[in-house]
Amino acid sequence: MSDTTLLNGWGRTAPTPAVLTPVHDDAEVRAVLAAAAASGRGVVARGLARSYGDAAQNAGGHVLDMTAADAVLAFDPETGLVDVEAGISLDELMNRFVPQGFFVPVTPGTRLVTVGGAIGADIHGKNHHVAGSFAQHVRWLDLLTADGEVRRVGPDQDPDLFWATAGGMGLTGVILRAQVQLKPIESSRCLVDTDRTPDLDSLMTLLSETDHLYEYSVAWIDTLAKGKRMGRSVVTRGRFATLDELPPKRRADPLRYHGSIKISVPDVFPPGLLNLATVAAFNEVWYRKAPKRKRDQLQSIPTFFHPLDAVGGWNRIYGPRGFVQYQVTVPFGQEEAMREVLDRLSSFGTASFLAVLKRFGPGNPGMLSYPSPGWTLALDIPVMKGLAGLLDSLDEVVVAAEGRTYLAKDSRVRPETFATMYPRLDDFRAVRRRVDPDGVFTSDLARRLSL
Amino acid sequence: MIDALGSPSSLLLVGGTSDIAVATARRYLQERPLRVVVAARDTPRRAAVAAELTGAGAAVEVVDFDADDAGSPERMVAAAAAGGDIDVAVVAFGQLGDQDALATDPAAAAALGQVNYVAPVVVGTVLANRMRSQGHGAIVALSSVAGERARRSNYVYGSTKAGVDAFYSGLADSLVGTGVSVLVVRPGFVRSKMTEGLPEAPLSTTPEAVAEAIVTGVRKGRHTVWVPGAMRFVMSGLRHTPRAVFRRLPF
Repeated sequence: MSDTTLLNGWGRTAPTPAVLTPVHDDAEVRAVLAAAAASGRGVVARGLARSYGDAAQNAGGHVLDMTAADAVLAFDPETGLVDVEAGISLDELMNRFVPQGFFVPVTPGTRLVTVGGAIGADIHGKNHHVAGSFAQHVRWLDLLTADGEVRRVGPDQDPDLFWATAGGMGLTGVILRAQVQLKPIESSRCLVDTDRTPDLDSLMTLLSETDHLYEYSVAWIDTLAKGKRMGRSVVTRGRFATLDELPPKRRADPLRYHGSIKISVPDVFPPGLLNLATVAAFNEVWYRKAPKRKRDQLQSIPTFFHPLDAVGGWNRIYGPRGFVQYQVTVPFGQEEAMREVLDRLSSFGTASFLAVLKRFGPGNPGMLSYPSPGWTLALDIPVMKGLAGLLDSLDEVVVAAEGRTYLAKDSRVRPETFATMYPRLDDFRAVRRRVDPDGVFTSDLARRLSL
Repeated sequence: MIDALGSPSSLLLVGGTSDIAVATARRYLQERPLRVVVAARDTPRRAAVAAELTGAGAAVEVVDFDADDAGSPERMVAAAAAGGDIDVAVVAFGQLGDQDALATDPAAAAALGQVNYVAPVVVGTVLANRMRSQGHGAIVALSSVAGERARRSNYVYGSTKAGVDAFYSGLADSLVGTGVSVLVVRPGFVRSKMTEGLPEAPLSTTPEAVAEAIVTGVRKGRHTVWVPGAMRFVMSGLRHTPRAVFRRLPF
């Protein structure tokens, strides 16, 4: 076998070796596909590796490094439709198109994801309650399937294959190109309202009553606050400012944009620096320094959307054992389940920074697409004793509430639990059998969960 | 796949009827259901173990394995892997032997060497090949503190365990970077069917305690564990005890 590379996800857990091949065009992808079919261990595409778990690794097999194929193929400034190669990052799309008055339709908490990955995980952002998830802004995509054919699929061209691919974690084929609808903006600044809420009830009430007034909305919860203060949080909500809302001195260059990584976490972060005391102190300061109520504050795109991108390699702070992100959603009406999950996480005493809470809008036809109407909670937890059992028991609460977990974040859910969470898993499997009868496309995630 | 928090979804028990193998499966099953392959000779005990583990929530497969048969390890691992990747393999077979007979009977000594050393080495080699190509997995080898310094009361057994220990420790180093790990387990005296009727040595332990150490050791990516943990320091002392004193020790 050729030289292998140990690959892991953003959580830095469970690395496995694979033959990693950078690909620049369709022919190179086909060549790896042939080698993968012969090897019997299959292949999966990898972008910027921001999935937390094992989605973009394939033990003993092949992995395609898609980031070299990152060209913009066409752009129509009238409609905002852009044709791109799947390896292009949202970061690069912003660099290119924010100055021309267009923003990506959906962005997660990091810009450092590829378009292929955004479709494969069907990512969501702070605007899910009004705009849905990423795949809903994709007009078509070119998918290289196991037979070596390139199929152009979309919501109206082989919709089954399109909606299996959206959220399908790369298991239907390789996304080569896509057409994405960008969103017109008048300025690169956001008008942001900040509110502080003392507990979970007031948080949920605030979001339920006024989220519809905002295009972008998210709450950061202090997971270490217990008892009466459990769920205390800082809510930031906003929208892009129009030209006349900018201060006069900014109006000359309203679309000025500069996204950059400012500092990096060293490779060897002192273990033990993150403990209950330091993290609790951080969370306390963060909560206290937030204004109780502030309106119409102008913020840049990186500040509002991607605060963690300013720190390169921040995933190293959790040390060599890595961390998991637990992200689950429960439907509206199941607020008690969300409270129980948060309560048990707070009492477990993980040295976790803030958790993110958000209200989702309607879901889409994606068979394994994560968002569905309700509340979504996400938090990072360093790997520690007893965590496996705790998260398994939280999953039971979530399943009882008819909620689900997010594959792009998952690295540990039980396969039978996952199957319960996604009733359309069998439809997804049927599409895979149709386009990939020999199961050439696979990954550690697919093996772990028997997808 | 072993997940981010160290939970496997499949387990191969080589010598699947041993008390330690069964206890390990039961310990994993306390956390989650998983696929368990019981590799052993076709005996009533194997059927009983399969039934017991099925009752505890495992999807059990039974595979033939005979440590006296040179071709058996290849066939056994191939059969076990037919149902999917092997996440954790526990190499748990072995015999204590009758030291009185072993002291004078060359055939008995050779037979114990086959079962306790040659067969585990063959099994380890076949498992390593398999796991190297699947790109992940953990091999757990049952060594013994008896291998750290052979005693007059069971030096044949001790010597086979010394060999097994050296083999798997070296194998562990050779597998760095392949995604495969090896855990060498050194229990003291384990109260089990293998030691039934023997006088207990100090710091004796149970199959359940060994199973706990195996699950924790795999989860944490350890290379060597002693059971009980204090054995590590006892053996460290005993290794440096002068021979004249060591051979007079009462066990």
